[in-house]
Amino acid sequence: MNRGLCDLSAVEIAERVRQGDLRAVDVLDSALDRIRQVDGRPGTTTAGQALADDEITVHAFITLTPDRARQQAEAIDRQVAAGADPGPLAGVPLAVKDIFCVRGTRSTAGSRILEPFVSPYTATPVERLEAAGAVTVGKVNLDEFTFGSSNESTAFQPAPRNPWDPACVPGGSSGGSAAAVAAGEAVLSLGTDTAGSIRQPAAFCGVVGLKPTYGRVSRYGLIAFASSLDCPGPVARSVADAARMLQVCAGVDPRDATSARVPVPDYSQELARDVRGLRIGLSPDYFRLKYPDPASGVLAEQAIHPEVEAAVMRAAELLARQGAEIVEGVPMPNTHFGIPAYFVVSRVEAASNLHRYDGVKYGRRARGDLPDVQTLYRRTRGGAFGLQPKLRILMGMYVSAEQYEKDYYQRALQVRTMIRRDFEQVFDPAGDYRLNCLLTATTPTTAFEMNAVYGDSVLMQYADLLTVAADHAGIPGISVPAGLDARRRPIGIQLLGPDFSEGMVLRVAQAFEQATADDPWRLVRPKVLG
Amino acid sequence: MPDYEAVIGLETHIQLNTQSKIFCACKADSWGAEPNTNICPVCTGLPGVLPTLNRQAVEKAILLASAMQAESIQPLSFFARKNYFYPDLPKGYQISQYDEPLARGGRFDLPLPSGECRRVTIHKLHLEEDAGKTVHAGGRRLIDFNRCGVPLVEMVTGPDLRSAEEAAFYLIRLRQLLRWLGISEADMERGHLRCDGNVSIRVPGETVLNPKTEIKNVNSIDALREAIAAEISRQIREVEAGRPIRPWTLEWDETTGTLRKMRSKETEADYRYFREPDLLPLRVDEAWKARVLAQLPELPLARRQRFVEQYGLPAYDAEILTEERSLSDYFESAVAAYGGEPKAVSNWMMNDVLRLLRERGLSAGDLKLRPADLAQIIQLVDKRQINAPTGKALLDMVEETGQRPADLVASEGLGQVADTGALRALAEAVLAESPDQVAAFRAGKATLIGWFVGQLMRKSGGKADPNLARQVLEALLHEPAG
Repeated sequence: MNRGLCDLSAVEIAERVRQGDLRAVDVLDSALDRIRQVDGRPGTTTAGQALADDEITVHAFITLTPDRARQQAEAIDRQVAAGADPGPLAGVPLAVKDIFCVRGTRSTAGSRILEPFVSPYTATPVERLEAAGAVTVGKVNLDEFTFGSSNESTAFQPAPRNPWDPACVPGGSSGGSAAAVAAGEAVLSLGTDTAGSIRQPAAFCGVVGLKPTYGRVSRYGLIAFASSLDCPGPVARSVADAARMLQVCAGVDPRDATSARVPVPDYSQELARDVRGLRIGLSPDYFRLKYPDPASGVLAEQAIHPEVEAAVMRAAELLARQGAEIVEGVPMPNTHFGIPAYFVVSRVEAASNLHRYDGVKYGRRARGDLPDVQTLYRRTRGGAFGLQPKLRILMGMYVSAEQYEKDYYQRALQVRTMIRRDFEQVFDPAGDYRLNCLLTATTPTTAFEMNAVYGDSVLMQYADLLTVAADHAGIPGISVPAGLDARRRPIGIQLLGPDFSEGMVLRVAQAFEQATADDPWRLVRPKVLG
Repeated sequence: MPDYEAVIGLETHIQLNTQSKIFCACKADSWGAEPNTNICPVCTGLPGVLPTLNRQAVEKAILLASAMQAESIQPLSFFARKNYFYPDLPKGYQISQYDEPLARGGRFDLPLPSGECRRVTIHKLHLEEDAGKTVHAGGRRLIDFNRCGVPLVEMVTGPDLRSAEEAAFYLIRLRQLLRWLGISEADMERGHLRCDGNVSIRVPGETVLNPKTEIKNVNSIDALREAIAAEISRQIREVEAGRPIRPWTLEWDETTGTLRKMRSKETEADYRYFREPDLLPLRVDEAWKARVLAQLPELPLARRQRFVEQYGLPAYDAEILTEERSLSDYFESAVAAYGGEPKAVSNWMMNDVLRLLRERGLSAGDLKLRPADLAQIIQLVDKRQINAPTGKALLDMVEETGQRPADLVASEGLGQVADTGALRALAEAVLAESPDQVAAFRAGKATLIGWFVGQLMRKSGGKADPNLARQVLEALLHEPAG
């Protein structure tokens, strides 16, 4: 498949559109062409039997908004023609994870219960991206209400597939985002990360995914899963693109009380600096994982995949060569509690956040004879929620019940504090380790095949083992592509830094990106691009 | 049959009169608005929305907490989610304070008619949002979300009240305080002040708390009094008949004046409270608190006491004049402007200014008749420049025209006729017109003097000094005929 305008970087597109060297509508057409070529049929709740073609296409999108996008693109071209600056993302095709509300578009959260819901308002980060000139091509698929790590749980089938190997999952829950960006169906995507939902699919799909500090990007308009963990952030093909996107999204929002009043630095200046003198840590707790054997439930210790481990060690070496100081043996003893604590905290919040989908006000309502309101609730929720929401509601209700909440919910919150303390200690400038960041693998393995893990919701969650701690702690983390494994599936490495250190984390990520710019794997394209 | 005493606690919900709702920018007050016209994505719980706390609501709650003598206004308090399903609760949870409320440990010393005080304790005071309203109409359930997100303070008393009357007194005093502080319209009929009553009985001297019932849906102070009285009687009958009191929730039906069982309350609902992750902890630092409390006025009962001590008012006058804050402010301003006996100002206010307010449906703060105007009118009467009826008429004239009383007296020629010559001429005219009455008077019917004074007053257009007129008339009538 030929390279197109949609394969350019966001930075290049925006600069050329601003200079009048490129028309936004042409970039849009390029993205729409790519979608036609690789995406196959869009996700619907009435997909029926899988078709043969479904297995070789990406299915990133639930809803395409070509008319709205064309209006945006034409407006940008008019602005440029009139001598105005449409903004730092002028004409950049954007795919929005369908967990964000966008005015006048369906906002489904990947669930039947919200299938008919058309939002009357736009989420703050989307509003900021569009105000900066980004052109929204559509809404991309995800695990239902973001509850998953493979996208297989979406009610809108066919589920997205991994552009590098359509037999594999794209990861999740921002799987549609990562797949769309990897396949050039969009140049940027707005995702969300609650346990690793930006970074894990970014790693699986060979793109850059940044989970900012909690509060750095407004959650207003993000359909909540676990409110104390949810974090909107960029999915992009380069570190510079992710930095530019974050620049636009970040900053305090009067509509989100938990958004941070911390000033937003100029990330492009951060990217201009090198990594000399930075202390980058490696933790054994991120190489050998404790995790329950799926059959027996017994906690076993298992190393991350050797190819993934090798990619991390090589990254350490490349960064050291550029003047960073590598600190080995950093203890992060509470890492392995990340998933169990997440199970409890996220489900309590999820159960509560899902209460509003009751068939009364919007979204789907059960039809037929509804003798009383209890029946309305039962039939609506019973019929329109998929398995994952049901499981999470049940567990959330259980662990927050008056008689159990001390043993589960309160305890999980304490564990969360311990996990945060692990990070505080190693990032403490006066502590024993004085790290600027931690370098880890993003995921224990590369992308797994479809249906290989789905159905085992415990095992599925362990795909987030290396990412969830940052969500508990609220700190920023980035996943950057670090090569391909023997089966040509992307490997991601992760950098984690203290609160509001996005600039530094981006800087280290870019240093690695530049150090591997000439690697042969950089020339390999995802399989769907042939 | 032994005596019983009632043990009553009241759970009150107070709608704060903020400009906007507690978590969004919609207007807080929807009175008279069409259903579902005062709503937005936030208060209707659309997917993805977030609450932001209205600081004005916090400030009003701080004022109330302080007025209720709260032991602590917490420097750090939290919001929680109270989870339950109800169609008019759009998020499926109510954002409310729970384990860490804004204030704890308040009390209110309630004056009773006996002269004693009943100390009513307040365990805690917290902020929360209101839910919407469900209307059942023709087999359908209609929901109005206008009220969603209206700021409420919940305040629960200890089991400290001992009769239906005391419960009513408490609500009257609370309503007075809320209006005095300017934090709520406190209109029970409009739901600005809502009250549930918890009622049990016991033999006096006992300290145990027996099973209680909860009375809901009382929409006025009278209804509360009647409902509690009815429930006390019912409980006494039950106990006398050897039947146990069950912890029911009862509903007051105002039209029939009866209590109806809503539900048994044997098992408590589990609301699965947890901290609201969408809001930051509520921090009330000393500086903010001090700024808010700088607006805390002298409270009504303290002012009532001071009016007795400082101005020598009878307790009755002090009570009436402190029923409402602007009225008491008005009184003090008028006393200061007048400079004379405060009781004189009180008399004018109790008799005439209150009538004016009633007739015109105003509160003292709305009057065009300023306290200085009232003082001037009283002074004009004192100096006999006008007579008392003219003074009373002047109140209305000032209120209508906004002009100063002295100016009106001059421009309208309201000055009292105290000139003996002028009065003598008027008196002679009266006598000349009424030969029969003159004859009767002179024949010994002395009571007719009142009639002559009345005739003269009419002739003077009400401006004659009535005492002087009487003297002149008597002098003329006692002159020998001829």
